[in-house]
Amino acid sequence: MTDLASRDPLPSSPPAPAARLGASTATGPGRLGAVTREVALYVVALGVALAVSALLVALTHGSPGRVVSALYSGSLEGWGSFGYTLDNAGPLIIVAVGAIVSSRAGLFNIGQEGQVTIGAMTAAFVALKVHPSGGLVLVLALVAGAVGGAVWAGIAALLRYWRGVEVVISTLLLTFIGFQVLNYSLSRTFLLHEHGTSGATLTESDQLSSKVQLPQIGHYPGFNFGSGLIVAVVLAIVISLVLARTTLGFRLRLLGLNPVAARRVGIRAAWVGSLALLVSGACAGLAGGVMLTGQAYRITPTISNNVGWNGLLVALVARNRPWVAIAVAFAFGALQAGGGFLATTGVPTDLVNVVEALVVLAAVFPPALDEIRRRRSRAKAVVSEAGGAA
Amino acid sequence: MSDAVTTIAASAMRLSVPLAFAGVGEFVAERAGTLNISVEAMMLSGAYAGALGSSVSHNAALGFLWGAAAGLLIAFIHATFSHRLQANTFVVGLTLNVLALGLTNYLLEKIQMSPRQVGVVSIPLLSRIPVLGKPLFAERWPAYLLMIVVPAAWWAVYRTRWGLEMRSVGENPKAADVTGVHVNRRRRQGLLVCGVLAGIGGAYLSVAEVGTFNSNMTAGRGFIVIAAVIFGGWTLRGTLAGCLLFGGVDALRLALPALGYTINSELLVSSPYLIALLAMLFFARRVRQPGALAQPFERGAS
Repeated sequence: MTDLASRDPLPSSPPAPAARLGASTATGPGRLGAVTREVALYVVALGVALAVSALLVALTHGSPGRVVSALYSGSLEGWGSFGYTLDNAGPLIIVAVGAIVSSRAGLFNIGQEGQVTIGAMTAAFVALKVHPSGGLVLVLALVAGAVGGAVWAGIAALLRYWRGVEVVISTLLLTFIGFQVLNYSLSRTFLLHEHGTSGATLTESDQLSSKVQLPQIGHYPGFNFGSGLIVAVVLAIVISLVLARTTLGFRLRLLGLNPVAARRVGIRAAWVGSLALLVSGACAGLAGGVMLTGQAYRITPTISNNVGWNGLLVALVARNRPWVAIAVAFAFGALQAGGGFLATTGVPTDLVNVVEALVVLAAVFPPALDEIRRRRSRAKAVVSEAGGAA
Repeated sequence: MSDAVTTIAASAMRLSVPLAFAGVGEFVAERAGTLNISVEAMMLSGAYAGALGSSVSHNAALGFLWGAAAGLLIAFIHATFSHRLQANTFVVGLTLNVLALGLTNYLLEKIQMSPRQVGVVSIPLLSRIPVLGKPLFAERWPAYLLMIVVPAAWWAVYRTRWGLEMRSVGENPKAADVTGVHVNRRRRQGLLVCGVLAGIGGAYLSVAEVGTFNSNMTAGRGFIVIAAVIFGGWTLRGTLAGCLLFGGVDALRLALPALGYTINSELLVSSPYLIALLAMLFFARRVRQPGALAQPFERGAS
């Protein structure tokens, strides 16, 4: 994007209209009708996605009704299940908010999965190897997670502004290198490998002491959830305020919307862009730290558990709006919490992935259709205007 | 010693073939401007459909057709969403990866199948060349399809009008559009080609190489393919070299412990990505990605 725009030799090419800086809103007399149509479109698309999922279950001799009730009782029925949903949503929100920061700056970080992995690893190093007193270790571990993720994204920033390597490519490649970095430290006893006394030990770390575990809010049979969710929501609020209300946030958005205009007003792309990538990586790393100290309590090779990919999906489905991302993350969290219950009905848990994917495709469909319709009508208006002038 | 070399070379070839099929496809898709991360989904669904097809039709060769069809289906969904509806290509790609993994795992548990395996065809005389004869000329027969696919792809991309248009929509879609090329149609076609070839590559894993389908059989090979295209600097020759190199590294990882060498397996597993990243780092000035890689095109949008 940046390259194409900066190579553009025509100085007369106008910057994006100022209106696009704000959220694009439909205006005009047909607005209510447009909203109704969009809602209807969403309902139909989601209905189709769920119908296809039900058809799949029915075709493989399952009972769609029982699947639905299992998904419901695993995710929303009763306070205990609801807590699971919230626990799943927390890390997704943190990752998504980070992804929003970088894509608002016009940089497409798709390596959250690797940044989550590295963040969880550095958090585990601090949590297992550092021994100060009190709750300080917990804070240090979370900070270490954020730093780890930021470093991993920082490599991509360095490659981008030093050698011109596209962020999309470098973050994707770094993800798979990150997995192996974790595997390496998990299979070496002087790093993170379990200190077992007898027999074979697994490629996982020792368990975290209770001092370094995120406190649980509420108690098990009743409503309870990990305090990671609070971290997530606070972070989402802070970041959305910074993006919307501060000079830094404005610069970042301007850089993303129109790099040429940003350069003209003196925004240094390398600094603002790198900062955006670092923040985005730090968020993913923090999510890894939260998962380690809030749910897993020990690090395994699959600690990231697709939270990075899913968090990125949450941000993309929410089209880079932090508040929408929170809602989407709850929906994802609920599906995954419900998936845990599916096994009881004899339906493989993998069905949840199918449902999730179909729902995402359904959620992408209406805005895409709407966007196309709007562009077509704008193009028509331009054409008729030009015709009138001539 | 030469026995070990032959064994490792044979294993390297076997591991490279599926990468090469998918690599040629990914090369075409990326030259047309799609950084196609659903190639993993295409390979995985191709592998499953290949096994299922060979089991249903009692014919291993038909399994390959099923695999190609499954890859084509994934490609069709991707193309429709990202180059017709203009949805973000990474949303679609990631989603399709989730979908393919979930669906194949689900169906694997639900449907019983007894897949067939295609046979080895040894080319007379040539396969008896010492050391390299076996690895190169005694393969399961679909591997020889590469001898048609690779030159055909080269000719189509570099020597036909279609290929020129394909490359132009990946390089500068605006200019291509002005000269009358239907940008998004060419991009969709690039993806469909990728789908068919990645589907065949996936089917090679299940129907030719292993003879059955396992959960998450491709295990990230799609991403290795992407690394190979990057390593190859978006040229066909380089992509194939990348596929061979990464297949060879994989073979070494499997073989060296058996020969008594201790190796850092983590380094070997991550080497395709590391090598691709280093290639980008050192040759970034000389080797350039297609100018509009991963950028959507909409006529009239700034």
